[in-house]
Amino acid sequence: MITERDIEHIAELADIGISKDEVPEFTTQFNAILDYFEVLDTVVGEGAPAAGITNVFREDEPRPCLSQEAALANAGSTENGFIKAPRVM
Amino acid sequence: MAGTFDFSPDDRCNAFITTCSTAPFTDGPLAGTAVAVKDNISTAGIQTTCGSRILEGYVPPYDAHVVELLRNAGAAIVGKTNMDEFGMGTTTETSAFGPTRNPVDPERVPGGSSGGSAAAVAAGFVPMALGTDTGGSIRCPAAFCGIVGLKPTYGRVSRYGLIAYANSLEQIGPMARTVEDASRLMSVIARYDPRDSTMLDKPYDHGPTADIAGLRIGVPEEYFGEGVDPRVAETVRDAIGVLEGLGAETVPVSIPGMRHALAAYYVICTSEASSNLARFDGVRYGPAVDTRKTWHEAYQDLRQELFGTEVRRRIMLGTFALSAGYAGRYYAKAQVARRNIREDFERAFRDADIIAGPTMPTVAFRLGEKSDPLSMYLSDILTVPANLAGIPAISVPCGRVDGLPVGLQLMGRQFEDERVVDAAFAYEQEVRA
Repeated sequence: MITERDIEHIAELADIGISKDEVPEFTTQFNAILDYFEVLDTVVGEGAPAAGITNVFREDEPRPCLSQEAALANAGSTENGFIKAPRVM
Repeated sequence: MAGTFDFSPDDRCNAFITTCSTAPFTDGPLAGTAVAVKDNISTAGIQTTCGSRILEGYVPPYDAHVVELLRNAGAAIVGKTNMDEFGMGTTTETSAFGPTRNPVDPERVPGGSSGGSAAAVAAGFVPMALGTDTGGSIRCPAAFCGIVGLKPTYGRVSRYGLIAYANSLEQIGPMARTVEDASRLMSVIARYDPRDSTMLDKPYDHGPTADIAGLRIGVPEEYFGEGVDPRVAETVRDAIGVLEGLGAETVPVSIPGMRHALAAYYVICTSEASSNLARFDGVRYGPAVDTRKTWHEAYQDLRQELFGTEVRRRIMLGTFALSAGYAGRYYAKAQVARRNIREDFERAFRDADIIAGPTMPTVAFRLGEKSDPLSMYLSDILTVPANLAGIPAISVPCGRVDGLPVGLQLMGRQFEDERVVDAAFAYEQEVRA
């Protein structure tokens, strides 16, 4: 059973803003979906490494890429050729 | 032959988010053919939104591999089609740009998430379109709108430039009014691309043939059971009867892992989505984040405002399913269930060459009918197994119930897309004759 406090905590972990009046409905829906997921408790079998799969490697060589101008074209705010982001600290 | 294609459809079903009134084209196998592209596939110079306000105004600086191939084949890219936000839905109602209506009945949904592509084809705006299929998003709208849609084998079509929702499940594929056109479009887009490391070099180069004598068709009981409208089931059984009349034989098969398929699918796709969609932070693209706020505050405010409810719900579900203390119960179990389902199909494909069943358990829903998320999820039960197993699956129209189209779903072994195309072609040719 997921509580309203759990929902607020998950929203925080996921960096999804949630307003107080949305919490009860999200909680109800979450519980209905998780009830359905309980069927997974009856899955039989162990996790095993996938077979028949090979890694795809390439040499780490420089290749043509986007110009600085193209890379910045969609950014909301830029400064002196850099992307401007909110402060982290 | 080269020029521009003039495109100004009377888009009363809201199939398009963006249209290109003069679309250039060059010489090639699709010279001058109008092709619509789902709005989660990157098109250089043409806005690409994924049906979300968080990407409103985003103009990709590069083409997806499939778009490059389309342009090289001479196609005119005439527009970007409406979709459930980030592909998260079965009706195209979660789009931030308003729902698409079903051209067959405007009070009904076109299915989703590639509902815009299906509607554009069904309404006759374009002969063919690209969709993407993570858990049925090509086949469901194809079935609901009465057109053909192919989800290729995982690894057959490059995902480079497809804005990711659930990487391990999704493929780009063709949608068209005829099997032949779907096959033509598949021939253009299924070309090796080293930029998608999950791809195999197995190009599709096939003209469909209608000879299916001796083909063994597996009929899984699980596809005709509880939750499937009996009239839909009967319509599909009749269609399988048509294939028998052409010399195919049917064999009973079983996919017992089906009972876990839907839960496994939703755990895996939401988990992958919670990671993939972390990139939408308003910093590198989309409407700008407020850089005066602190990181978490700015990030949370932007995502609350610009993501729709279903997207936020799925990101939260995936975050929960991967969180400490729960990952073993949900994500790890879902991966085991996924492997069991893949093995069920491998076993079934020893007795059968293809597997047939309905694409969707019902005909198209009314707009607004699926307001509860779980009831919408449940309607994906017949399409998600092919994504979990990575196998090719096609939906071809096979009749109507209450005047609404029903889709016959044909699934094949990995990298035997040609075989499901041939069977669909044989059926289509027979019922058209």
